[in-house]
Amino acid sequence: MATLEQIEMPEPVGEEGGVRRRDFINIAAVAFAGVGAVVVVLPLINQMNPSADVLAQATTEVDLAAIAEGMAIKTIFRSQPLFVRHLTAKEIAEADAVDTSSLRDPQTLEERTVGGKKQWLITMGVCTHLGCVPLGAGEGEPRGEYGGYFCPCHGSAYDTAARIRKGPAPKNLVVPEYKYTSDTAVLIG
Amino acid sequence: MLRAALIAVGFFFSFMLLYSFGRGAIDYIAEPPVATVESVFHKHPKEIAYSFDGPAGHYDRAQLQRGFLVYKEVCAACHGLKLVAYRDLENIGYSPAMVKAIAKQGPPQATFNTVTGDAGTRPSTPADHFAPVYYAGAGTPPDLSLIAKSRHGGASYIDSLLTGYQAQPAELLKQFPDAKTPEGLHYNPYFANLNLAMPPPLTTDGQVTYSDGTKATKAQMAKDVSAFLMWAAEPKLETRHATGFAVLFFLLIATGLAYFSYRNIWANKAH
Amino acid sequence: MSFPWAKNYEPKLPAMKWVDERLPLPRFVYNAVGAGYPVPRNLNYFWNFGVLAGVALTIQLVTGIILAMHYHSSAGEAFNSVEAIMRDVNAGWMLRYAHANGASFFFIVVYIHIFRGLFFGSYKAPREMVWLLGVVIFLLMMATAFMGYVLPWGQMSYWGAQVITGLFSALPVVGEPVHTWLLGGFAPGDATLTRFFSLHYLLPFVLAAVIILHIWALHIPGSSNPTGVEVKDEQDTVPFHPYYTAKDGMGLGIFLIIYCAALFFAPNYLGHPDNYIPANPLATPAHIVPEWYFWPFYAILRAFTFDFFFVPAKLLGVLAMFAAILILFFLPWLDNSPVRSGSYRPKFKIFFVVLVVDVLILGWCGGSPAEPAYVLISQVAAAYYFAHFLIVLPALARFEKPLPLPGSITEAVLAKNGLTPAVAPAE
Repeated sequence: MATLEQIEMPEPVGEEGGVRRRDFINIAAVAFAGVGAVVVVLPLINQMNPSADVLAQATTEVDLAAIAEGMAIKTIFRSQPLFVRHLTAKEIAEADAVDTSSLRDPQTLEERTVGGKKQWLITMGVCTHLGCVPLGAGEGEPRGEYGGYFCPCHGSAYDTAARIRKGPAPKNLVVPEYKYTSDTAVLIG
Repeated sequence: MLRAALIAVGFFFSFMLLYSFGRGAIDYIAEPPVATVESVFHKHPKEIAYSFDGPAGHYDRAQLQRGFLVYKEVCAACHGLKLVAYRDLENIGYSPAMVKAIAKQGPPQATFNTVTGDAGTRPSTPADHFAPVYYAGAGTPPDLSLIAKSRHGGASYIDSLLTGYQAQPAELLKQFPDAKTPEGLHYNPYFANLNLAMPPPLTTDGQVTYSDGTKATKAQMAKDVSAFLMWAAEPKLETRHATGFAVLFFLLIATGLAYFSYRNIWANKAH
Repeated sequence: MSFPWAKNYEPKLPAMKWVDERLPLPRFVYNAVGAGYPVPRNLNYFWNFGVLAGVALTIQLVTGIILAMHYHSSAGEAFNSVEAIMRDVNAGWMLRYAHANGASFFFIVVYIHIFRGLFFGSYKAPREMVWLLGVVIFLLMMATAFMGYVLPWGQMSYWGAQVITGLFSALPVVGEPVHTWLLGGFAPGDATLTRFFSLHYLLPFVLAAVIILHIWALHIPGSSNPTGVEVKDEQDTVPFHPYYTAKDGMGLGIFLIIYCAALFFAPNYLGHPDNYIPANPLATPAHIVPEWYFWPFYAILRAFTFDFFFVPAKLLGVLAMFAAILILFFLPWLDNSPVRSGSYRPKFKIFFVVLVVDVLILGWCGGSPAEPAYVLISQVAAAYYFAHFLIVLPALARFEKPLPLPGSITEAVLAKNGLTPAVAPAE
């Protein structure tokens, strides 16, 4: 019976480098394909990131001219409640008078507003304890012991700069990133 | 036994088919099918070259902006574009501020106050889509968001249609005396049924004024708006082509390496 | 289950040894696709297509599961959700085109795979079970593809669903109730769409399970080869790894080049423009056609134009269309010639070529409008299709004189390479 092995060339004998050199093409092919496989996975993961229509809702514009001094509005930012409050001079003074070292989450009113406009307090309307919507932004709502916001779920009380003063919440109401597009309008997000 | 049954089934189907063929062939010879007016007079779309043709196709932003202007001023009255959002216009070269202005010009969006139960409106923002158009009466004109992909011939078909309105040829009426264009329809040989409910939308040169100084002839407007509608249907065309070149380049090298690896492994194995 | 000279699994890495002692999966992989699985050395490129079909299925599964994260399966939202995928989802256009073209390429690869089986007699004993499972896979693919095409809820989706579900009403007695039961209503609607989405998600996993059985059934006798002569000893074979892993890797590269060329540069070529129009139950498209991979069967369906006594033509068409696929189940018994490969059956080769041309003609007719000329051609072509399997093949098996077969695979390889058999070396 004929044997194919007779016409099959033997491996180069004792040539360590020779065998490795011939294997290099195999390693190169697999490595190159592997890189391709990794690159293919990237869009498969990225597709779960927010799509263009969701990102388009990622900013909110608020017209400040409609908000009188001492009033606040509730609106939506990235599908969550947003409080925009026009602080009175008395409220600003009250906030500035507090010694920040006594606060659970030390911040001055200046730090929580933008561009020196301390009369505009823009915060998320989400209690930092467990996520309820605090009261105080709407007309007639109780504003709690410190004259800011009051969360009815577990009794967290925020002051006129929306800083936590009493109750279980660990942090002040979150101030989102925003900038003034004019004297009377802000772009949030 | 099974084979005999299967062979019998085979004979049955083949017989039925050849019988049908025979009868059909006799009918065909006795009464050859009559040419219809559409089969004789329908024209295929003209061959028009666009910047987005071919694998290296790309959009000409200036043309898309001109086409958008034609859509806005001529077509938008009757045809919606509801799958396109105002923010998508940034991809044809408009700045975010201009897009905001274009959005504000569009119809307002309906709002509903869940607390008071009042219905209201708010101005459109770039995140909103172009408005759909609904008609009472004869039938809503088709939305144009996908028109370039939903017709054979694509953008060329749209251009040919827009510039193809003409009087019904005398020869047609001679051959098919019953095929006179009905009242309210318009003759256009590029349309499959030859008679179209849409009146010619591009009637004169200079119907719109292009801001880049291009002369707005009927032919130019037709070309620009059909290019714009191609973009509306396939906004990702350029990304698709660019990704395609990168992927094919990678695959050619990878396959080349795979080939050499294959040859290396099989080098001393007869097969 | 394998050949006696198959290498044994000897794990070198201690970690692999640890796993293998507790769950013999490494051993299983080694014996199935690794160096422990001997395969005939003379397989040609037509043998690449099984693996390519598996790759195509994987592409469909991955892109499909991801698309399902963004698709809305209600009649009111389906079309718009697909467009949102195309326009707004990150790389959504690529996922959608990959899935749509992936279905076409899955069928291209499987059709070549089937015709390989037809030519080389892969369906003959002892591999009948592999073939039967393969026909089941083909049926599952067609069901999955049909339901998948309905999901975008375009004009062709709707009217294709209308026509195909309407075929069931041709069945006597049970036709109408079955038709209504399938639809969940009186016409394709929201109920139909949601159940098609559910089943379209399910069937590919059933398909994957049947494929496992298909490969398992194959690995009992091992692969056939172009000569049709069974493996006799060690020099007839090479280990699957690295020989066929390398060859399949190269074949995969070529497949991906063609697939990506279509996906990125002609993604709508195999589709129909009418499916970019939202479904309208009140407006029938000028020509209702299914996707190209159904065209030969569609032609057979439309070829029956005359009643047979009490059997209406519509019912004949339905029965014939299903029969055209079901015949394949009986192929191992219809063609019981002891010679496996078409390479050694000259008359069989001629009829095989005629069959290929016939199926292509049927496909062309199926994609064309139902005008008299096309119907007449499809009648002749369909008659040949049935005659080929049910009359020609049994006759050939009985009467054909085949060419002399090589003694072994080794003999055939030596002859092909122009090598003379050497004298046996002194032991």
